[in-house]
Amino acid sequence: MVLSINTLTYLDHAATTPMRPEAVEAMLPFLSERFANPSGSHRFARSVRQVVDEARDVVADALGCTPGEIVFTGCGTESDNAAIAGTQQRHGGIGVCPAVEHHAVLHATLHGGGRVVAVDSAARVDLTALATTLDDIAAIGQTVSIVSVMAVNNEVGSITSLADVAAVVHRHAPSALLHTDAVQAPCWIDLRTITPHVDLLALSAHKFGGPKGVGVLMARQGTVLEPLLQGGGQERDRRSGTHNVAGIVAMSEALRLTDIERVADNLRIESLRNHLVDTVLAELDDVIETVARDSKVVGSAHICIADIESEALLYLLDEGGICASAASACAAGAMEPSHVLAAMGVDRRYSPGALRMTLGTTTTEDDIDRTIDVLVAAVRRLRTPRAAHVSTADPTGASA
Amino acid sequence: MKVMVAMSGGVDSSVAAALLVEQGHEVVGVTMRLWGGESDTGCCSVSDVDDARRVAQQLGIDHLVFNFTEDFNTHVVDPYVQAHVDGITPNPCIECNRHVKFARLSERATLLGFDAVATGHHARATESGRGLELERGADRDKDQSYVVHMIDQTELQRTMFPVGAMTKPEVRAHAARLGLRTATKPDSQDVCFITSTGGRTTFLGDRIPFRRGRVVDSAGTTVATVPAVEMITLGQRRGIGLPGGGPKQFVVDIDMSSATITVGTDADLYVAGHIVHEMTWIHDAATVAEIPTVLVQCSAHGAPQPATVTIGTDGRTAHVRWIDPQRRIAPGQSVVLYDPSDRFVLGGGIAGAPLT
Repeated sequence: MVLSINTLTYLDHAATTPMRPEAVEAMLPFLSERFANPSGSHRFARSVRQVVDEARDVVADALGCTPGEIVFTGCGTESDNAAIAGTQQRHGGIGVCPAVEHHAVLHATLHGGGRVVAVDSAARVDLTALATTLDDIAAIGQTVSIVSVMAVNNEVGSITSLADVAAVVHRHAPSALLHTDAVQAPCWIDLRTITPHVDLLALSAHKFGGPKGVGVLMARQGTVLEPLLQGGGQERDRRSGTHNVAGIVAMSEALRLTDIERVADNLRIESLRNHLVDTVLAELDDVIETVARDSKVVGSAHICIADIESEALLYLLDEGGICASAASACAAGAMEPSHVLAAMGVDRRYSPGALRMTLGTTTTEDDIDRTIDVLVAAVRRLRTPRAAHVSTADPTGASA
Repeated sequence: MKVMVAMSGGVDSSVAAALLVEQGHEVVGVTMRLWGGESDTGCCSVSDVDDARRVAQQLGIDHLVFNFTEDFNTHVVDPYVQAHVDGITPNPCIECNRHVKFARLSERATLLGFDAVATGHHARATESGRGLELERGADRDKDQSYVVHMIDQTELQRTMFPVGAMTKPEVRAHAARLGLRTATKPDSQDVCFITSTGGRTTFLGDRIPFRRGRVVDSAGTTVATVPAVEMITLGQRRGIGLPGGGPKQFVVDIDMSSATITVGTDADLYVAGHIVHEMTWIHDAATVAEIPTVLVQCSAHGAPQPATVTIGTDGRTAHVRWIDPQRRIAPGQSVVLYDPSDRFVLGGGIAGAPLT
């Protein structure tokens, strides 16, 4: 049996969300008869070039920037790296980011010798710590060339005000660029409220109903970056490589629809999320909602369950046909302890039992009801004392 | 039965999974992520996980990766490092079996509703009148009963060793017949967290300060120095800074407090017996105490030697007395007792001080 969203309950929309049918429709011609390379000189190429240009207009409109500020990339990770490494390679200096960033930002920042800043208990950057760090770095004669702060946290869903961050950066590191990984934002937040505060912004198409393998880097006019890739000079020398035309077209269509339907979708999804979390909290003791609802996006239902382990819970959820997650997985596919929960200072009694359920446009009431049933039963089972179990870790089984 | 099979990405556990599927069990493959650091060998690398996953896919079974790095660090790696500080020669693979495979994984399996855990070890769980015996694998050269000796009766009851009745060539032939990608994969020999390039010296050197050791002869005269007393093992002959020629010299004693290594002849290494600590038993101590002479094995593939055993009242300590004097066992090594027929494990523990 081929597993699909029709046979499973899918609550892992922050990992990836299904493509909007209109986006699938939009990309198909460019995978077949309209295959021309938009950088070519003939009319066939020009006709496809027009489609890429129009897609750029749509994306720019959704972000509230000019089309010239949009760079199409291969994924969100590329956009983050292009921003951070591209800034450092061109302007020198080091990067600064909060400890809860996605690894695409965290690892890129640390790789460049950057510094990490503490967060509050809701996983938002601690603005005082940020100011202090920027001052400290200046005091030892180093330059901060880029500060990177995510708009929405991918694990726990918390929202950071980029306006507040921008105020601190402008005061304490006036020459630094401000970058935001906004990969988790488009479904929940009007990007026009974020873009004006930043110099650089990263998006990934498959998080909002577009295809995998295409992303966006918004680079404010006048921002000069060293490109990651050397080549044919596409995207005004900012990102070489033949355009992923089908991906770009589908992404723009997905973003256009997301932007139009956001308010209505959010209302519906918020009520589903609240029902899910309220019921689980009522049914089970010793469960905490990791971040308060007014501090996070409506699609996020992140909870921490005392006295159980995520890996065991995810197995039982999986067995019950529920797709959810805990933290990020390593190259081998194993769950890694969450760096986000560690940075937030979540109680060690709760953090091993982290569960991330993320909702999306396709989530139904049925999905939520089924998830509640399976989740509550699974937690009760994992918490049942296991009298029959004897562990060999205790060698006192020996009898004389 | 619903069986969780521990798949390392090697041929033995691949075939173990295949046999369980052929026997009609409901099988789920699990690869344990144990070591988070650098690795180029053993059961931890990403390419081994890839092999395990591809074999599981070919067999049509589910495959999961469990992250037990924290348990592995606590119970295997940290004690391994500390043991070297204390002048003890540990066996990390045995501690991994004791604390991770036959404890943590088995506990997880029970919790998730599995009836048994299977591994690719060459050992057998054999029915006898009084429960299950832990029997040597059918392939004497590949027998791994020594490294799983700490398993107790309860654990043995829900453990399966599907390849234990096969020889290694039979295992490989079975894998080849099924077209499994691991059919010709070489056996892993080394400790998974020690890289072949850096070795034990680099691994330990990154974690503990090495102390220069003074090498003395039986009269107490300094004859050489070594850069790291922590790297010296009892019975060692090479790498102790002694010139060639002359009679063969062995490490016969290590005093960690003064970083002094005493060398002597091979004959100086021979002892009448050993105290063995942390004994575990397949059944119980009392029945073993009644056996006049048992066979005792002190390394993974060492020849078992006859000995008498006296067991302390708590069953945790045993005095093993050799019938003929044997070379001293490095402290920390596992000492495993077999029945007089040399087929069944009776119990085992950790080597302590020698008996005179």
